[in-house]
Amino acid sequence: MSVLKAENVTHYFDGLAAVSGFNLNLEPYELVGIIGPNGAGKTTIFNLITGVYKATRGSISFDGAEIVGRTPSAITALGIARTFQNIRLFKELSVLDNVRIAHYARVKYSPVEALLHMGRFQKEEEEIIGHSMDLLAFLKLDAYADEVSKNLPYGLQRRLEIARALATRPQLLLLDEPAAGMNPNEVSQLMEFIKWIRKEFDLTILLIEHQMHLVMNICERLLVLDFGETIAEGLPRDIQKNPRVLEVYLGEVKC
Amino acid sequence: MMINTSRIRQFKEKLETKRWLLPALLVFVFALSLVIQQFELLDPYVQLIIMYVGINIILTLSLNLINGYMGEFSVGHAGFMAIGAYVASFLTVKVFPADMAAWLFPLAVMAGGAVAGVVGLVVAFPSFKTRGDYLAIVTLAFGMIVKSVIENIDALGGPRGFLGMEKLSTLPWVFFWVLVSVWVIRNLIYSNFGRGVLSIREDEIASDLMSVNTNHVKVLAFTVSSFFAGIAGGLFAHLLQFINPRAFDIIKSTDILIMVYLGGIGSIAGSVIGATVYTVLLEVLRPMGIWRMVFMPLVLVLLMIFRPRGIMGLREFRWFVPVRDMLASRLWREKKAGT
Repeated sequence: MSVLKAENVTHYFDGLAAVSGFNLNLEPYELVGIIGPNGAGKTTIFNLITGVYKATRGSISFDGAEIVGRTPSAITALGIARTFQNIRLFKELSVLDNVRIAHYARVKYSPVEALLHMGRFQKEEEEIIGHSMDLLAFLKLDAYADEVSKNLPYGLQRRLEIARALATRPQLLLLDEPAAGMNPNEVSQLMEFIKWIRKEFDLTILLIEHQMHLVMNICERLLVLDFGETIAEGLPRDIQKNPRVLEVYLGEVKC
Repeated sequence: MMINTSRIRQFKEKLETKRWLLPALLVFVFALSLVIQQFELLDPYVQLIIMYVGINIILTLSLNLINGYMGEFSVGHAGFMAIGAYVASFLTVKVFPADMAAWLFPLAVMAGGAVAGVVGLVVAFPSFKTRGDYLAIVTLAFGMIVKSVIENIDALGGPRGFLGMEKLSTLPWVFFWVLVSVWVIRNLIYSNFGRGVLSIREDEIASDLMSVNTNHVKVLAFTVSSFFAGIAGGLFAHLLQFINPRAFDIIKSTDILIMVYLGGIGSIAGSVIGATVYTVLLEVLRPMGIWRMVFMPLVLVLLMIFRPRGIMGLREFRWFVPVRDMLASRLWREKKAGT
Protein backbone atom coordinates (compact mmCIF):
# COMPACT_ATOMS: atom_id res chain seq x y z
CA MET A 1 0.00 0.00 0.00
CA SER A 2 1.22 3.45 -0.78
CA VAL A 3 2.32 5.80 2.00
CA LEU A 4 1.20 8.97 0.29
CA LYS A 5 -1.12 9.32 -2.62
CA ALA A 6 -1.88 12.68 -4.21
CA GLU A 7 -4.51 12.67 -6.92
CA ASN A 8 -5.13 15.54 -9.25
CA VAL A 9 -4.18 18.11 -6.60
CA THR A 10 -4.76 21.68 -7.74
CA HIS A 11 -4.19 24.86 -5.81
CA TYR A 12 -4.94 28.43 -6.77
CA PHE A 13 -3.59 31.65 -5.32
CA ASP A 14 -6.13 34.31 -6.29
CA GLY A 15 -6.94 32.62 -9.56
CA LEU A 16 -3.33 31.79 -10.34
CA ALA A 17 -2.71 28.05 -10.49
CA ALA A 18 0.33 27.42 -8.27
CA VAL A 19 -0.07 23.68 -8.64
CA SER A 20 -2.32 21.97 -11.15
CA GLY A 21 -3.18 18.34 -11.63
CA PHE A 22 -0.44 17.08 -9.36
CA ASN A 23 -0.21 13.31 -8.93
CA LEU A 24 2.16 11.41 -6.71
CA ASN A 25 2.28 7.93 -5.33
CA LEU A 26 4.90 7.16 -2.71
CA GLU A 27 5.63 3.56 -1.83
CA PRO A 28 7.06 2.72 1.61
CA TYR A 29 10.80 3.40 1.92
CA GLU A 30 11.00 5.25 -1.38
CA LEU A 31 13.25 8.29 -1.78
CA VAL A 32 11.75 10.64 -4.33
CA GLY A 33 12.94 14.07 -5.41
CA ILE A 34 11.04 17.05 -6.76
CA ILE A 35 13.00 19.46 -8.93
CA GLY A 36 12.10 22.45 -11.01
CA PRO A 37 12.95 26.10 -11.52
CA ASN A 38 12.18 28.73 -8.88
CA GLY A 39 8.48 29.35 -8.53
CA ALA A 40 7.55 26.02 -10.05
CA GLY A 41 5.35 25.15 -7.05
CA LYS A 42 7.62 22.73 -5.22
CA THR A 43 7.29 24.23 -1.75
CA THR A 44 3.57 24.75 -2.38
CA ILE A 45 3.26 20.98 -2.75
CA PHE A 46 4.92 20.53 0.63
CA ASN A 47 2.56 23.09 2.12
CA LEU A 48 -0.40 21.25 0.61
CA ILE A 49 0.73 17.89 1.96
CA THR A 50 1.39 19.26 5.46
CA GLY A 51 -1.87 21.21 5.61
CA VAL A 52 -0.42 24.73 5.63
CA TYR A 53 -2.56 25.30 2.52
CA LYS A 54 -5.78 23.51 1.78
CA ALA A 55 -5.87 22.12 -1.74
CA THR A 56 -8.49 23.82 -3.93
CA ARG A 57 -9.21 20.51 -5.68
CA GLY A 58 -8.01 16.95 -5.55
CA SER A 59 -7.22 14.53 -2.79
CA ILE A 60 -4.20 13.66 -0.73
CA SER A 61 -4.26 10.52 1.36
CA PHE A 62 -1.72 9.35 3.86
CA ASP A 63 -1.75 5.70 4.84
CA GLY A 64 -5.16 5.45 3.25
CA ALA A 65 -6.69 8.36 5.18
CA GLU A 66 -7.72 11.59 3.48
CA ILE A 67 -5.74 14.50 4.90
CA VAL A 68 -6.97 17.48 2.86
CA GLY A 69 -8.73 19.79 5.31
CA ARG A 70 -6.93 18.60 8.42
CA THR A 71 -4.82 21.01 10.43
CA PRO A 72 -1.02 20.95 10.12
CA SER A 73 -0.64 19.74 13.71
CA ALA A 74 -3.05 16.86 13.12
CA ILE A 75 -1.26 15.85 9.92
CA THR A 76 2.10 15.93 11.68
CA ALA A 77 0.67 13.80 14.47
CA LEU A 78 -0.39 11.25 11.83
CA GLY A 79 3.22 10.81 10.77
CA ILE A 80 4.33 13.42 8.23
CA ALA A 81 7.21 15.65 9.30
CA ARG A 82 9.11 18.28 7.39
CA THR A 83 12.01 20.68 7.39
CA PHE A 84 12.03 24.14 5.89
CA GLN A 85 13.79 25.85 3.02
CA ASN A 86 14.84 28.69 5.33
CA ILE A 87 15.68 27.12 8.66
CA ARG A 88 12.77 27.64 11.07
CA LEU A 89 14.10 26.54 14.42
CA PHE A 90 12.72 27.91 17.69
CA LYS A 91 15.70 30.24 17.79
CA GLU A 92 15.71 31.49 21.36
CA LEU A 93 15.08 28.05 22.84
CA SER A 94 17.63 25.40 23.68
CA VAL A 95 18.45 22.54 21.35
CA LEU A 96 16.79 20.14 23.78
CA ASP A 97 13.62 22.25 23.96
CA ASN A 98 13.42 22.35 20.17
CA VAL A 99 13.27 18.56 20.13
CA ARG A 100 11.01 18.34 23.18
CA ILE A 101 8.39 20.57 21.56
CA ALA A 102 8.11 18.08 18.71
CA HIS A 103 6.74 15.55 21.24
CA TYR A 104 3.67 17.70 21.81
CA ALA A 105 1.08 15.46 20.18
CA ARG A 106 2.14 12.37 22.08
CA VAL A 107 1.69 13.82 25.55
CA LYS A 108 -1.33 12.37 27.31
CA TYR A 109 -1.38 14.29 30.59
CA SER A 110 -3.91 17.08 31.00
CA PRO A 111 -3.20 20.71 31.94
CA VAL A 112 -4.54 19.95 35.42
CA GLU A 113 -2.06 17.11 35.88
CA ALA A 114 0.69 19.45 34.73
CA LEU A 115 -0.43 22.07 37.26
CA LEU A 116 -0.45 19.67 40.16
CA HIS A 117 2.57 17.63 38.98
CA MET A 118 0.36 14.61 39.39
CA GLY A 119 -0.53 11.42 37.59
CA ARG A 120 1.21 10.77 34.31
CA PHE A 121 3.02 14.11 34.36
CA GLN A 122 6.37 13.17 35.92
CA LYS A 123 6.68 9.91 34.03
CA GLU A 124 5.83 11.38 30.65
CA GLU A 125 8.09 14.40 31.10
CA GLU A 126 11.00 12.10 31.93
CA GLU A 127 10.24 9.95 28.91
CA ILE A 128 10.25 13.02 26.67
CA ILE A 129 13.62 14.15 28.01
CA GLY A 130 15.00 10.63 27.63
CA HIS A 131 13.74 10.19 24.10
CA SER A 132 14.87 13.68 23.05
CA MET A 133 18.36 13.22 24.44
CA ASP A 134 18.66 9.76 22.90
CA LEU A 135 17.69 11.20 19.55
CA LEU A 136 20.14 14.10 19.91
CA ALA A 137 22.88 11.64 20.86
CA PHE A 138 22.03 9.47 17.87
CA LEU A 139 22.46 12.47 15.56
CA LYS A 140 25.57 13.61 17.47
CA LEU A 141 23.94 16.76 18.80
CA ASP A 142 23.75 15.83 22.49
CA ALA A 143 26.82 17.91 23.34
CA TYR A 144 24.82 21.00 22.33
CA ALA A 145 21.64 20.10 24.24
CA ASP A 146 21.72 23.21 26.43
CA GLU A 147 22.88 25.65 23.74
CA VAL A 148 20.45 28.24 22.44
CA SER A 149 19.68 26.87 18.98
CA LYS A 150 20.38 30.12 17.09
CA ASN A 151 23.99 29.93 18.29
CA LEU A 152 24.67 26.64 16.51
CA PRO A 153 26.69 26.69 13.30
CA TYR A 154 24.62 26.56 10.12
CA GLY A 155 25.25 22.90 9.34
CA LEU A 156 24.23 21.82 12.83
CA GLN A 157 21.09 23.95 12.64
CA ARG A 158 20.13 22.02 9.53
CA ARG A 159 20.78 18.77 11.34
CA LEU A 160 18.80 19.92 14.38
CA GLU A 161 15.87 20.69 12.11
CA ILE A 162 15.96 17.11 10.89
CA ALA A 163 16.30 15.87 14.48
CA ARG A 164 13.26 17.92 15.47
CA ALA A 165 11.28 16.50 12.55
CA LEU A 166 12.31 12.96 13.50
CA ALA A 167 11.17 13.57 17.08
CA THR A 168 7.57 13.63 15.86
CA ARG A 169 8.22 9.99 14.82
CA PRO A 170 7.24 10.35 11.18
CA GLN A 171 6.67 7.71 8.59
CA LEU A 172 7.15 10.22 5.82
CA LEU A 173 9.81 12.92 5.95
CA LEU A 174 9.67 15.96 3.67
CA LEU A 175 12.98 17.76 3.21
CA ASP A 176 12.79 21.22 1.65
CA GLU A 177 16.17 22.01 0.08
CA PRO A 178 18.25 20.28 2.74
CA ALA A 179 21.50 21.16 0.95
CA ALA A 180 20.82 24.89 0.57
CA GLY A 181 23.91 26.88 1.44
CA MET A 182 26.20 23.86 1.69
CA ASN A 183 29.53 23.36 -0.05
CA PRO A 184 30.18 20.21 -2.17
CA ASN A 185 31.90 18.46 0.69
CA GLU A 186 28.99 19.09 3.04
CA VAL A 187 26.56 18.00 0.33
CA SER A 188 28.16 14.59 0.02
CA GLN A 189 28.07 14.20 3.80
CA LEU A 190 24.41 15.16 3.72
CA MET A 191 23.69 12.50 1.09
CA GLU A 192 25.14 9.82 3.35
CA PHE A 193 23.21 11.28 6.26
CA ILE A 194 19.89 11.16 4.41
CA LYS A 195 20.44 7.55 3.34
CA TRP A 196 21.44 6.68 6.89
CA ILE A 197 18.40 8.19 8.61
CA ARG A 198 16.13 6.56 6.03
CA LYS A 199 17.56 3.20 7.00
CA GLU A 200 17.65 3.81 10.75
CA PHE A 201 14.16 5.28 11.04
CA ASP A 202 12.60 3.28 8.22
CA LEU A 203 11.43 6.43 6.46
CA THR A 204 9.85 7.31 3.19
CA ILE A 205 11.48 10.53 2.00
CA LEU A 206 10.31 13.21 -0.39
CA LEU A 207 12.79 15.99 -1.02
CA ILE A 208 13.04 19.25 -2.93
CA GLU A 209 16.50 20.16 -4.07
CA HIS A 210 18.36 22.33 -6.51
CA GLN A 211 21.70 20.59 -6.20
CA MET A 212 21.57 18.17 -9.13
CA HIS A 213 24.53 16.23 -7.80
CA LEU A 214 22.54 15.29 -4.70
CA VAL A 215 19.26 14.62 -6.46
CA MET A 216 20.75 12.46 -9.19
CA ASN A 217 22.74 10.42 -6.71
CA ILE A 218 20.28 9.53 -4.01
CA CYS A 219 16.78 9.82 -5.44
CA GLU A 220 15.22 6.71 -6.85
CA ARG A 221 12.63 8.65 -8.76
CA LEU A 222 12.27 12.26 -9.81
CA LEU A 223 9.42 14.63 -10.56
CA VAL A 224 10.06 17.77 -12.55
CA LEU A 225 7.75 20.71 -12.04
CA ASP A 226 7.35 23.86 -14.09
CA PHE A 227 4.69 26.51 -13.53
CA GLY A 228 2.78 24.14 -11.27
CA GLU A 229 2.63 21.32 -13.76
CA THR A 230 4.46 18.03 -13.66
CA ILE A 231 6.39 17.96 -16.92
CA ALA A 232 8.37 14.80 -16.38
CA GLU A 233 8.59 11.87 -14.04
CA GLY A 234 10.95 8.93 -13.94
CA LEU A 235 14.39 7.63 -13.14
CA PRO A 236 17.11 10.24 -12.63
CA ARG A 237 19.11 9.11 -15.66
CA ASP A 238 16.05 9.36 -17.93
CA ILE A 239 15.14 12.77 -16.55
CA GLN A 240 18.61 14.03 -17.46
CA LYS A 241 17.90 13.27 -21.13
CA ASN A 242 14.27 14.37 -21.21
CA PRO A 243 13.94 17.13 -23.82
CA ARG A 244 11.23 19.05 -21.93
CA VAL A 245 13.35 19.11 -18.79
CA LEU A 246 16.35 20.35 -20.75
CA GLU A 247 14.16 23.03 -22.25
CA VAL A 248 13.01 24.22 -18.84
CA TYR A 249 16.48 24.28 -17.41
CA LEU A 250 18.56 25.39 -20.38
CA GLY A 251 16.09 27.19 -22.58
CA GLU A 252 14.47 26.04 -25.78
CA VAL A 253 16.49 23.55 -27.80
CA LYS A 254 16.54 24.46 -31.46
CA CYS A 255 17.45 21.83 -33.98
CA MET B 1 33.57 48.10 41.55
CA MET B 2 34.68 44.94 39.73
CA ILE B 3 35.16 43.03 42.97
CA ASN B 4 31.79 44.18 44.09
CA THR B 5 29.84 42.80 41.12
CA SER B 6 31.62 39.45 41.21
CA ARG B 7 30.74 39.21 44.89
CA ILE B 8 27.11 39.89 44.13
CA ARG B 9 27.22 37.24 41.43
CA GLN B 10 28.80 34.76 43.84
CA PHE B 11 26.13 35.52 46.38
CA LYS B 12 23.41 35.05 43.76
CA GLU B 13 24.92 31.71 42.70
CA LYS B 14 25.04 30.56 46.29
CA LEU B 15 21.50 31.71 46.91
CA GLU B 16 20.15 29.98 43.83
CA THR B 17 21.61 26.59 44.75
CA LYS B 18 19.89 26.61 48.12
CA ARG B 19 16.48 25.71 46.79
CA TRP B 20 14.93 24.85 50.16
CA LEU B 21 15.17 28.56 50.95
CA LEU B 22 12.27 29.37 48.64
CA PRO B 23 9.51 27.41 50.43
CA ALA B 24 10.96 28.42 53.80
CA LEU B 25 10.93 32.06 52.75
CA LEU B 26 7.38 31.84 51.43
CA VAL B 27 6.05 30.29 54.63
CA PHE B 28 7.89 32.91 56.66
CA VAL B 29 6.56 35.81 54.61
CA PHE B 30 3.04 34.43 54.74
CA ALA B 31 3.24 34.11 58.53
CA LEU B 32 4.69 37.61 58.67
CA SER B 33 1.82 38.99 56.61
CA LEU B 34 -0.67 37.39 59.01
CA VAL B 35 1.11 38.87 62.02
CA ILE B 36 1.36 42.31 60.43
CA GLN B 37 -2.32 42.28 59.63
CA GLN B 38 -3.30 41.04 63.10
CA PHE B 39 -1.26 43.52 65.11
CA GLU B 40 -1.07 46.36 62.56
CA LEU B 41 2.70 46.40 62.70
CA LEU B 42 3.03 48.37 59.51
CA ASP B 43 1.83 51.79 58.58
CA PRO B 44 -1.45 51.35 56.63
CA TYR B 45 0.01 53.38 53.77
CA VAL B 46 2.99 51.03 53.48
CA GLN B 47 0.62 48.05 53.64
CA LEU B 48 -1.40 49.58 50.85
CA ILE B 49 1.68 49.97 48.65
CA ILE B 50 2.74 46.37 49.33
CA MET B 51 -0.71 45.16 48.33
CA TYR B 52 -0.55 47.24 45.14
CA VAL B 53 2.78 45.60 44.40
CA GLY B 54 1.17 42.18 44.87
CA ILE B 55 -1.79 42.95 42.64
CA ASN B 56 0.54 44.34 40.00
CA ILE B 57 2.68 41.20 40.16
CA ILE B 58 -0.41 39.12 39.36
CA LEU B 59 -1.34 41.44 36.49
CA THR B 60 2.19 41.45 35.10
CA LEU B 61 2.48 37.66 35.23
CA SER B 62 -0.89 37.37 33.58
CA LEU B 63 0.03 39.65 30.69
CA ASN B 64 3.52 38.18 30.44
CA LEU B 65 1.98 34.83 29.59
CA ILE B 66 0.42 36.35 26.46
CA ASN B 67 2.90 39.05 25.48
CA GLY B 68 6.13 37.60 26.82
CA TYR B 69 5.88 33.84 26.68
CA MET B 70 3.50 33.51 23.74
CA GLY B 71 4.72 36.58 21.84
CA GLU B 72 1.25 37.90 21.02
CA PHE B 73 0.43 41.50 21.82
CA SER B 74 -2.56 42.12 24.04
CA VAL B 75 -3.32 45.72 24.99
CA GLY B 76 -6.72 45.14 26.55
CA HIS B 77 -5.83 43.45 29.78
CA ALA B 78 -7.49 46.09 31.92
CA GLY B 79 -10.74 44.79 30.40
CA PHE B 80 -10.29 41.40 32.04
CA MET B 81 -9.33 43.13 35.26
CA ALA B 82 -12.53 45.17 35.10
CA ILE B 83 -14.63 42.06 34.65
CA GLY B 84 -13.02 40.42 37.69
CA ALA B 85 -13.41 43.59 39.74
CA TYR B 86 -17.08 44.13 38.92
CA VAL B 87 -18.12 40.48 39.27
CA ALA B 88 -16.38 40.11 42.63
CA SER B 89 -17.72 43.43 43.93
CA PHE B 90 -21.24 42.73 42.77
CA LEU B 91 -21.15 39.40 44.61
CA THR B 92 -19.84 40.74 47.92
CA VAL B 93 -22.11 43.81 47.92
CA LYS B 94 -25.34 42.70 46.30
CA VAL B 95 -25.47 38.91 46.40
CA PHE B 96 -23.71 37.57 49.45
CA PRO B 97 -25.24 38.32 52.87
CA ALA B 98 -23.39 41.22 54.45
CA ASP B 99 -22.28 39.36 57.56
CA MET B 100 -20.85 36.53 55.45
CA ALA B 101 -19.04 38.75 52.92
CA ALA B 102 -15.67 38.39 54.62
CA TRP B 103 -15.91 34.60 54.58
CA LEU B 104 -17.15 34.40 51.04
CA PHE B 105 -14.56 36.88 49.76
CA PRO B 106 -12.24 34.21 48.28
CA LEU B 107 -15.24 32.76 46.46
CA ALA B 108 -16.11 36.16 45.05
CA VAL B 109 -12.55 36.71 43.83
CA MET B 110 -12.53 33.22 42.27
CA ALA B 111 -15.83 33.91 40.54
CA GLY B 112 -14.46 37.17 39.16
CA GLY B 113 -11.43 35.32 37.83
CA ALA B 114 -13.59 32.56 36.37
CA VAL B 115 -15.89 34.96 34.50
CA ALA B 116 -12.86 36.88 33.19
CA GLY B 117 -11.34 33.55 32.15
CA VAL B 118 -14.43 32.58 30.16
CA VAL B 119 -14.50 36.00 28.51
CA GLY B 120 -10.82 35.43 27.69
CA LEU B 121 -12.03 32.90 25.17
CA VAL B 122 -13.63 35.74 23.22
CA VAL B 123 -10.15 37.06 22.55
CA ALA B 124 -8.61 33.61 22.07
CA PHE B 125 -10.79 32.83 19.06
CA PRO B 126 -9.78 35.80 16.89
CA SER B 127 -6.19 34.98 17.82
CA PHE B 128 -6.45 31.75 15.81
CA LYS B 129 -6.46 33.71 12.59
CA THR B 130 -5.02 37.05 13.57
CA ARG B 131 -1.74 37.95 15.15
CA GLY B 132 0.70 40.77 15.75
CA ASP B 133 -0.64 44.27 15.18
CA TYR B 134 -4.06 43.02 14.15
CA LEU B 135 -4.59 41.00 17.29
CA ALA B 136 -3.42 44.03 19.28
CA ILE B 137 -6.24 46.04 17.72
CA VAL B 138 -8.74 43.28 18.54
CA THR B 139 -7.67 43.37 22.20
CA LEU B 140 -7.72 47.16 22.22
CA ALA B 141 -11.28 47.07 20.95
CA PHE B 142 -12.11 44.43 23.53
CA GLY B 143 -10.90 46.69 26.34
CA MET B 144 -13.03 49.56 25.02
CA ILE B 145 -16.09 47.35 24.69
CA VAL B 146 -15.81 46.15 28.29
CA LYS B 147 -15.51 49.74 29.50
CA SER B 148 -18.51 51.01 27.57
CA VAL B 149 -20.65 47.98 28.45
CA ILE B 150 -20.04 48.62 32.15
CA GLU B 151 -20.73 52.32 31.68
CA ASN B 152 -24.16 51.39 30.35
CA ILE B 153 -25.21 48.93 33.03
CA ASP B 154 -27.13 50.85 35.64
CA ALA B 155 -27.05 48.04 38.19
CA LEU B 156 -23.26 48.45 38.26
CA GLY B 157 -23.46 52.20 38.75
CA GLY B 158 -22.71 53.04 35.12
CA PRO B 159 -20.07 55.73 34.68
CA ARG B 160 -20.49 56.80 38.34
CA GLY B 161 -18.82 53.64 39.49
CA PHE B 162 -19.60 51.00 42.04
CA LEU B 163 -19.04 51.18 45.77
CA GLY B 164 -19.98 49.62 49.06
CA MET B 165 -17.27 46.97 49.15
CA GLU B 166 -15.64 46.31 52.48
CA LYS B 167 -11.87 46.42 52.63
CA LEU B 168 -11.50 42.67 52.31
CA SER B 169 -8.16 42.57 50.46
CA THR B 170 -5.57 42.01 53.12
CA LEU B 171 -1.84 41.31 53.05
CA PRO B 172 -2.26 37.53 53.53
CA TRP B 173 -4.90 37.28 50.82
CA VAL B 174 -2.89 39.26 48.31
CA PHE B 175 0.21 37.24 49.12
CA PHE B 176 -1.76 34.03 48.75
CA TRP B 177 -2.99 34.99 45.27
CA VAL B 178 0.48 36.08 44.19
CA LEU B 179 1.72 32.64 45.21
CA VAL B 180 -1.06 30.89 43.33
CA SER B 181 -0.40 32.87 40.15
CA VAL B 182 3.37 32.28 40.27
CA TRP B 183 2.83 28.59 40.96
CA VAL B 184 0.26 28.06 38.22
CA ILE B 185 2.20 29.94 35.56
CA ARG B 186 5.47 28.28 36.50
CA ASN B 187 3.97 24.79 36.36
CA LEU B 188 2.25 25.49 33.07
CA ILE B 189 5.32 27.01 31.45
CA TYR B 190 7.52 24.06 32.41
CA SER B 191 5.17 21.54 30.85
CA ASN B 192 4.13 20.43 27.40
CA PHE B 193 1.66 23.35 27.14
CA GLY B 194 4.29 25.85 28.18
CA ARG B 195 6.64 24.60 25.52
CA GLY B 196 3.77 24.96 23.07
CA VAL B 197 3.29 28.57 24.22
CA LEU B 198 7.00 29.30 23.71
CA SER B 199 7.05 27.67 20.29
CA ILE B 200 4.19 29.94 19.15
CA ARG B 201 6.33 32.94 20.07
CA GLU B 202 9.35 31.56 18.26
CA ASP B 203 7.64 30.46 15.04
CA GLU B 204 3.95 29.73 14.87
CA ILE B 205 4.05 27.90 11.53
CA ALA B 206 6.92 25.66 12.58
CA SER B 207 5.11 25.09 15.85
CA ASP B 208 2.00 23.82 14.06
CA LEU B 209 4.15 21.62 11.85
CA MET B 210 5.85 20.11 14.89
CA SER B 211 2.44 18.79 16.00
CA VAL B 212 1.67 21.58 18.49
CA ASN B 213 -2.08 22.21 18.50
CA THR B 214 -1.69 25.98 18.50
CA ASN B 215 -5.42 26.63 18.89
CA HIS B 216 -5.58 24.59 22.10
CA VAL B 217 -2.48 26.30 23.42
CA LYS B 218 -3.89 29.76 22.70
CA VAL B 219 -7.21 28.99 24.36
CA LEU B 220 -5.41 27.72 27.44
CA ALA B 221 -3.04 30.69 27.59
CA PHE B 222 -5.77 33.30 27.13
CA THR B 223 -8.02 31.61 29.69
CA VAL B 224 -5.32 31.35 32.34
CA SER B 225 -4.10 34.87 31.64
CA SER B 226 -7.52 36.49 31.82
CA PHE B 227 -8.40 34.41 34.88
CA PHE B 228 -5.51 35.96 36.80
CA ALA B 229 -6.23 39.44 35.46
CA GLY B 230 -9.75 38.94 36.85
CA ILE B 231 -8.37 37.81 40.21
CA ALA B 232 -6.21 40.94 40.35
CA GLY B 233 -9.32 42.99 39.56
CA GLY B 234 -11.26 41.45 42.45
CA LEU B 235 -8.42 42.15 44.87
CA PHE B 236 -8.02 45.68 43.53
CA ALA B 237 -11.73 46.45 43.97
CA HIS B 238 -11.74 45.26 47.57
CA LEU B 239 -8.62 47.24 48.35
CA LEU B 240 -9.75 50.54 46.87
CA GLN B 241 -13.41 49.96 47.88
CA PHE B 242 -14.48 51.95 44.88
CA ILE B 243 -14.27 51.17 41.20
CA ASN B 244 -15.38 52.98 38.11
CA PRO B 245 -15.01 52.13 34.42
CA ARG B 246 -12.36 54.80 33.90
CA ALA B 247 -10.03 52.96 36.29
CA PHE B 248 -9.80 50.19 33.67
CA ASP B 249 -9.11 52.18 30.53
CA ILE B 250 -6.20 52.02 28.11
CA ILE B 251 -3.92 53.79 30.63
CA LYS B 252 -4.30 50.86 33.01
CA SER B 253 -3.52 48.40 30.21
CA THR B 254 -0.47 50.47 29.33
CA ASP B 255 0.71 50.37 32.94
CA ILE B 256 0.64 46.57 32.84
CA LEU B 257 2.49 46.56 29.52
CA ILE B 258 5.17 48.79 30.98
CA MET B 259 5.67 46.48 33.94
CA VAL B 260 5.99 43.46 31.64
CA TYR B 261 8.60 45.07 29.39
CA LEU B 262 10.43 46.71 32.29
CA GLY B 263 10.79 43.43 34.16
CA GLY B 264 11.46 41.40 31.07
CA ILE B 265 9.43 39.22 28.74
CA GLY B 266 9.10 35.50 29.32
CA SER B 267 10.25 35.54 32.91
CA ILE B 268 8.53 35.02 36.26
CA ALA B 269 11.35 36.72 38.14
CA GLY B 270 11.13 39.56 35.61
CA SER B 271 7.42 39.99 36.23
CA VAL B 272 7.96 40.18 39.98
CA ILE B 273 10.83 42.63 39.61
CA GLY B 274 9.07 44.76 36.96
CA ALA B 275 5.88 45.11 38.98
CA THR B 276 7.77 45.87 42.19
CA VAL B 277 10.18 48.39 40.73
CA TYR B 278 7.49 50.24 38.78
CA THR B 279 4.97 50.41 41.63
CA VAL B 280 7.48 51.41 44.28
CA LEU B 281 9.25 53.91 42.04
CA LEU B 282 5.99 55.67 41.21
CA GLU B 283 5.27 56.00 44.94
CA VAL B 284 8.76 57.10 45.88
CA LEU B 285 8.68 59.73 43.15
CA ARG B 286 5.33 61.11 44.29
CA PRO B 287 6.96 64.29 45.68
CA MET B 288 8.09 65.06 42.12
CA GLY B 289 4.44 65.67 41.32
CA ILE B 290 3.65 65.82 37.64
CA TRP B 291 7.35 65.49 36.79
CA ARG B 292 7.30 61.81 37.62
CA MET B 293 5.21 61.35 34.51
CA VAL B 294 8.20 62.74 32.64
CA PHE B 295 10.76 60.79 34.61
CA MET B 296 9.17 57.33 34.30
CA PRO B 297 8.81 57.33 30.51
CA LEU B 298 12.40 58.56 30.30
CA VAL B 299 13.52 55.59 32.39
CA LEU B 300 11.62 53.33 30.01
CA VAL B 301 13.13 54.86 26.90
CA LEU B 302 16.62 54.45 28.33
CA LEU B 303 15.84 50.88 29.36
CA MET B 304 14.62 49.99 25.88
CA ILE B 305 17.79 51.46 24.38
CA PHE B 306 20.26 49.81 26.72
CA ARG B 307 18.36 46.68 27.70
CA PRO B 308 15.65 46.10 25.12
CA ARG B 309 14.52 42.85 26.68
CA GLY B 310 13.92 44.37 30.09
CA ILE B 311 15.69 43.56 33.32
CA MET B 312 15.27 39.77 33.14
CA GLY B 313 14.18 39.27 29.52
CA LEU B 314 14.00 35.56 28.60
CA ARG B 315 16.04 34.68 31.67
CA GLU B 316 14.82 33.11 34.86
CA PHE B 317 15.87 33.03 38.47
CA ARG B 318 16.80 29.39 39.01
CA TRP B 319 14.52 28.98 41.99
CA PHE B 320 11.59 29.09 39.62
CA VAL B 321 12.94 26.45 37.25
CA PRO B 322 12.08 22.84 38.08
CA VAL B 323 15.21 20.75 38.71
CA ARG B 324 14.13 18.24 36.07
CA ASP B 325 14.22 20.95 33.41
CA MET B 326 17.27 22.80 34.63
CA LEU B 327 19.47 19.70 34.76
CA ALA B 328 17.75 17.66 32.04
CA SER B 329 20.83 16.96 29.94
CA ARG B 330 23.10 16.43 32.95
CA LEU B 331 20.75 13.98 34.64
CA TRP B 332 20.42 12.11 31.35
CA ARG B 333 24.22 11.86 31.03
CA GLU B 334 24.57 10.66 34.60
CA LYS B 335 21.93 8.03 34.00
CA LYS B 336 23.71 6.89 30.84
CA ALA B 337 27.04 6.73 32.64
CA GLY B 338 25.42 4.73 35.43
CA THR B 339 23.96 2.01 33.25
